Amino acid sequence: MIYSKALNEALHRALGEDNRVVVLGEDISDPYGGAFKVSRGLTTAFPERVKTTPVSEQAIAGIAAGLALGGYRPIAEVMFGDFLSLCFDQLLNHITKYNAMYAGQTTCPVMFRAPMGGHRGYGPTHSQSIEKHFLGMPHLRVLAASPYHAPHDAFADFLAKDDPVLFVEHKLLYPKHLTLPENGAVGDFMARTESSPGVLPSVCLSLVPREDCALTVVAYGYEAQLAASVIEKLGMEEELFCELVVPAQIAPVDYAPIEASVASTRRLLTVEEGTAGWSWGVQIASSIQRTFFGKLAKPVEVLASQPTVIPGARRLEQEMLVGAHHIEQKIREALS
Amino acid sequence: MEAVSPDPRLFGRPDEDVDARLYRRMRFIRRFEEKLLLLFEEGILAGTTHCSIGQEADAVAVMAHVRPGDHTFSNHRCHGHYLARTGDALGLYAEIMGKDAGVCRGIGGSQHICAPGFKSNGIQGGIVPTAAGIAWAQKLAGGDDISVVFIGDGTLGEGAVYETLNIAQLWSLPLWIVLEDNGWSQSTPLAANFAGDMRMRFEAFGLPVSEIDSTDVKAIETVVAADADHVRTTRTPHVTILHTYRLCNHSKSSDARPEDEVKARWATEPLVVHGPRLQDSLRDTIDADVEAALDEVIAHARSLP
Repeated sequence: MIYSKALNEALHRALGEDNRVVVLGEDISDPYGGAFKVSRGLTTAFPERVKTTPVSEQAIAGIAAGLALGGYRPIAEVMFGDFLSLCFDQLLNHITKYNAMYAGQTTCPVMFRAPMGGHRGYGPTHSQSIEKHFLGMPHLRVLAASPYHAPHDAFADFLAKDDPVLFVEHKLLYPKHLTLPENGAVGDFMARTESSPGVLPSVCLSLVPREDCALTVVAYGYEAQLAASVIEKLGMEEELFCELVVPAQIAPVDYAPIEASVASTRRLLTVEEGTAGWSWGVQIASSIQRTFFGKLAKPVEVLASQPTVIPGARRLEQEMLVGAHHIEQKIREALS
Repeated sequence: MEAVSPDPRLFGRPDEDVDARLYRRMRFIRRFEEKLLLLFEEGILAGTTHCSIGQEADAVAVMAHVRPGDHTFSNHRCHGHYLARTGDALGLYAEIMGKDAGVCRGIGGSQHICAPGFKSNGIQGGIVPTAAGIAWAQKLAGGDDISVVFIGDGTLGEGAVYETLNIAQLWSLPLWIVLEDNGWSQSTPLAANFAGDMRMRFEAFGLPVSEIDSTDVKAIETVVAADADHVRTTRTPHVTILHTYRLCNHSKSSDARPEDEVKARWATEPLVVHGPRLQDSLRDTIDADVEAALDEVIAHARSLP
């Protein structure tokens, strides 16, 4: 099943199983069903609890906050993740504040679904991966879609806990098939899941046992899939073996699965599509280098996109955004 | 937090009539804030605070028509709204003093207050869509609860307000917007901030508007009683514009408004307008009640860890 279909089914299931769930967002009414068709069928099946909104992201975010304060579990679809800039005030000064600043008297469990990412030629304001501006926001959890994690688990996690969540969905995953671990494998990869208690598991993929891997690569979303393709190729063709760690939760970082892998490989490469600097990988590098001070074979490498606007021209975008060729080059450097 | 039953000396004795109760509650808010400002001068409070001296009639009149199941969202200038809703003088003093017994254990401070059915936040505008979301939750739940949000004339500069007006009307949400226009946005007069017509800004979205320019708590109460009832029974939004005046500074420090303008407004402040409706002896009794009760509360709050 392709990812967007699985996501759509998970939304139907969440609405059907939990009558606290409310879905709102721009252009989500049938027959259109949202810019990426992820919400298709929801307004027909649940007309009371699913509403298409005007082009008003501040209101979408604020109304979702109010619903959550009122006991509901709103899931807000942000048409393009880039538009989260317009929700920032609600996230920073309202939604993530209410529980702590009111000394635990209330909770504000809102989920924002945000399609992020480029590689489609959509240009500077419809291609970004801006999650780094939300990573580290106190009291916000950031989850990331991946081909190796069932989208239902993200909703179940959101519904089981009481904190606000940003769910980052790379747009290029939508038409791709979900490849969940089955019987300890994903295709030719051995697969295992690891996590700290209460955190959605990270999926660890490798062609050979961890002990035989020379590098840990940590990546999420579409970049995880790109990294997997590079790791598979290098392993099959050149016997250069890496372990890929793909977290479902990217903030706060669950370090345990990364540390377990790095303890064996002694090398780490982080990969993200967002722009370089002040980023997810930098945070992980800081922690890992402290934890493994004196034990790493090489400094942690952080791969991110160039810190500039995303060009509309595909040929320029391919150079600017992290692609398979960048990942391959970095892996070779790390293993050299 | 467990609801503490309010002190009748502050919130109303069972046997007193409506006029006495309205006066008592306004006097309570007035003296609470005047004493609060003295505590700042004394140097025992940190940060800042936004008092509502001169606007007490709005809070008392509106809250007279807010029911226990309703939700009130207030703003940076929230003391009067909170006290008129809950009567909780100790919780608020303790909060602003940073004590663990504060309504938010000292974390929220003056602008960020929470109690059952009440919240405030210090960011302009963003509370309006949030109140609309609460209204949607109330509508989904059925019943006749309503969501009340207090904004000021300064808040009308924020875009989130207009996004919400559109949606509240479009979706028929039981949202009651109470706009206290005190004429000054911090140090900037309305005329320097505001183009067009205040009422028409709401009417452009199809929202019904009531408007009154008064500091008379009874005149305001007549207006807001009908407005609260409208929202409650029709489950649609309504806007009430209360033209008023803030007699104190925006926050702790002077906001450089013309002294004679402020002075003239003291002649029509809510206690001066409503007080004469009570016999002098009753008014003196209430004043003494409030004074004694607040002094006890402050002494208690000071003694807390």
